[in-house]
Amino acid sequence: MTPLKPISRGAQVALGVAFFALFIAAWSAATFGGFVPKTFLADPLAMLREGAELFTKHGFAKDIAYTVWRVVGGFVLAASLAVPLGIAMGAWKPVEAFFEPFISFSRYLPASAFIPLLILWAGIGEAQKLALIFIGAFFPMTLMIAVKVGATRRDLVEAAYTLGCSDWGVVKRVLLPASAPEIAEILRTVLGWAWTYVIVAELIGSERGIGHMITDSQALLNTGQIIFGIIVIGCIGLVSDYAFKALNRRLFAWGA
Amino acid sequence: MAAKLLIDAVSRTFPAARGGKPTQALQPTNLAVDDEDFIAILGPSGCGKSTLLRIVAGLDAATSGRVLLDGVPIVKPGPDRGMVFQSYTLFPWLTVRENIGFGMRERGVAAVERDARAGEFMKRMGLAGFEGHYPKQLSGGMQQRTALARALANDPEILLLDEPFGALDQQTRSLMQELLLETWEASRKTVLFVTHDIDEAIFMASRVAVFSARPGRIKHEMAVDLGHPRHYTVKTSPEFAAYKARLTEEIRAEAMKALVEL
Repeated sequence: MTPLKPISRGAQVALGVAFFALFIAAWSAATFGGFVPKTFLADPLAMLREGAELFTKHGFAKDIAYTVWRVVGGFVLAASLAVPLGIAMGAWKPVEAFFEPFISFSRYLPASAFIPLLILWAGIGEAQKLALIFIGAFFPMTLMIAVKVGATRRDLVEAAYTLGCSDWGVVKRVLLPASAPEIAEILRTVLGWAWTYVIVAELIGSERGIGHMITDSQALLNTGQIIFGIIVIGCIGLVSDYAFKALNRRLFAWGA
Repeated sequence: MAAKLLIDAVSRTFPAARGGKPTQALQPTNLAVDDEDFIAILGPSGCGKSTLLRIVAGLDAATSGRVLLDGVPIVKPGPDRGMVFQSYTLFPWLTVRENIGFGMRERGVAAVERDARAGEFMKRMGLAGFEGHYPKQLSGGMQQRTALARALANDPEILLLDEPFGALDQQTRSLMQELLLETWEASRKTVLFVTHDIDEAIFMASRVAVFSARPGRIKHEMAVDLGHPRHYTVKTSPEFAAYKARLTEEIRAEAMKALVEL
């Protein structure tokens, strides 16, 4: 195969679907063929049956709604502070010098290790879930945005100055629009991480949510439900990711 | 008559990088530019001619000396000195029309007036029909025409051009030179044009300032009396050849020095 040579859209879709098919085939072979005990791994049909039951008998839709709200809430909270702070750090070196060392340090603190502390401070309610997502998302988001804004093409900034731009005008009319597509990409990436944090938060000390359902099912050895829960998370992640990507492409048609 | 732009003993030394010695890019340099003058600054690459232009633009600070525009010292960049760079510096998120209107918008010119004026410059630069295009949809030549229109639309006192056609192919380059020359002949806007291309310098400029090798300074000035309007066929005239022969000698000596030092 020739490296870097593009393939047709049809072939691209077919190959992508093929792997899903292969994956399900292997799973079916392992379970229906009796190679794996049912207690450890449910077969695909049992998984679907359990999944349907989750919705009809256990109010799983409500769990999903809770999880989505936590992700979105924590993410919006983190973004609403990280975006302005990241832009300020990227634009003004003293601001960067002030915050950067602390934020760099904080991003390496494992967010999940904060759970015991957060439970002490905020109980096991919504505040604790949002706080965990915030801790996990805010620091890396801020740093990545600061780096992108700081890497704005110098010649564009200089051109703006020779056209009479003020310092504030350069931030508003050059740094911001120049890095907007990359900031949107960063938000998309971090939203994906928020999904892993919310499940961790729900696995420990929670009464609702997809993660809570998964822990409950573990106690009952219901691997079908666990797998169904995981797949639901994957699907929501995929859909939100595609939506985000499509939005970015529309908003920033001038790029790419 | 007082000079429009006065470069008075301007030098530039870049501070030492870690462990190294400070680099002098520019020896104390003098140049007086009259109103409506078209001066080409000609020199081998790395001689400091772009550094001088950047100091005039206010994008870099002189280590010593000063630059006066209409008698006022230059301390920072401003719309009175329009600049076109060698790299493509159109704002990629703005259309051609919005790019040209960028400076006017910063000054608070109303949208209607802005668009009218941008339209005028687009017509003059042969960009009509491309007002809604984004820079990535334009060829290099069209991008630089837009950049030129963007600088001119601001109505600067002086136009600073830093090898604006350096990245273009030979044919496009020739056409751009003619376009710029026509524009200058029509508006008589004072121009400072940095280039390493001898033909380009002679064809467009009324005066050529030759730079020495790094650390550069202006070592020679030569008036080009080829008359106006200048047609591209002048490039094959004997007078043109004579100017070219003289400048080739000057530049060659400096380029050799630069080679030996590197």
